[in-house]
Amino acid sequence: MSRRARLLLLAAAGLVVAGFFAAACLRLPAFGAAVHPYGERAVAAALGQRTANTVSSVNFDQRAFDTLGEESILYASVLSAVLLLRLARDERKHEPRPAPVLPSTRLFGAVLLPVTLLTGGYVVAHGQLSPGGGFQGGVVLASGLHLAYVAADYRALGRVRPLAVLDVADALAAGAFSVLGLVGLVAGAAFLQNTLPLGTFNTLASGGLVPVVNAVVGVEVASGVIVLLAQFLDQAVEVVER
Amino acid sequence: MSDTLVVLALLLVAVAATGAALTRDPARQAVVLALLGLSLTVLFTVLQAPDVALSQLGVGTAVTPLLILLAVRKVRRFGRREPDRDEEE
Repeated sequence: MSRRARLLLLAAAGLVVAGFFAAACLRLPAFGAAVHPYGERAVAAALGQRTANTVSSVNFDQRAFDTLGEESILYASVLSAVLLLRLARDERKHEPRPAPVLPSTRLFGAVLLPVTLLTGGYVVAHGQLSPGGGFQGGVVLASGLHLAYVAADYRALGRVRPLAVLDVADALAAGAFSVLGLVGLVAGAAFLQNTLPLGTFNTLASGGLVPVVNAVVGVEVASGVIVLLAQFLDQAVEVVER
Repeated sequence: MSDTLVVLALLLVAVAATGAALTRDPARQAVVLALLGLSLTVLFTVLQAPDVALSQLGVGTAVTPLLILLAVRKVRRFGRREPDRDEEE
């Protein structure tokens, strides 16, 4: 196909897409409107499943299958990073020497490390009740842990970061999401359908499957991001050419 | 009032995003990217989407710039290949 024909085809396809896109945009609810057809239905469904945080209800109950896909993508990318950044034949590790740290930085890290970990744990644990959840809390936990590197040095980070355990935890949590989906099948319903007891609205154990999947996602994201950052940190700090 | 906040947050995002696109040095760009993440967090909060704002804060402001900085550091160390490699850390 000549260059001119390809451009014409592109222009024609672009016009069709632009036409449909404009038509679809015209029928969207107004920006910032108080009422939204999808929002109303999602809130009603979330309340029906006794889940206080509608976003978590959408993520881990109404659209749990989508989230399974997203978590698998995260798992696959962490796995690829580990594979690509492994120690090559012409590389070796050298132990980095401890660097001097300002006392104020050390104090900052020592005070904030427990606070950040507690915040991350809280955000994961309350995913079904308040804004946040497994993903957000997991990222807070993972990035908070690296305050140990900022405040002390690389070896201190290694002590608070059991990589072998986290590798396994990441894989187990990613698999557990799929296994939890089978609970619905065993109960005679669909894959990932919320068939667990729903509990009392607005308590930690409410929402049936939602807090369980949420916790599993929290473990997967936290360990996945730590493992991912560990590969990059290894390369930036430890690995040198032979 | 809330409309004014939305417009302000949108302007902040536009300025930060343009800044990130115009910054050429990757290490500086990572810092501007963190600022962009922060302004997006403000925008999502103003638009009453706290769940998305939290994700944005964690991923856009902390993890992504950190990954970029670590990659830049590795590339620069690798490119240098001088005997001063043990001077670091």
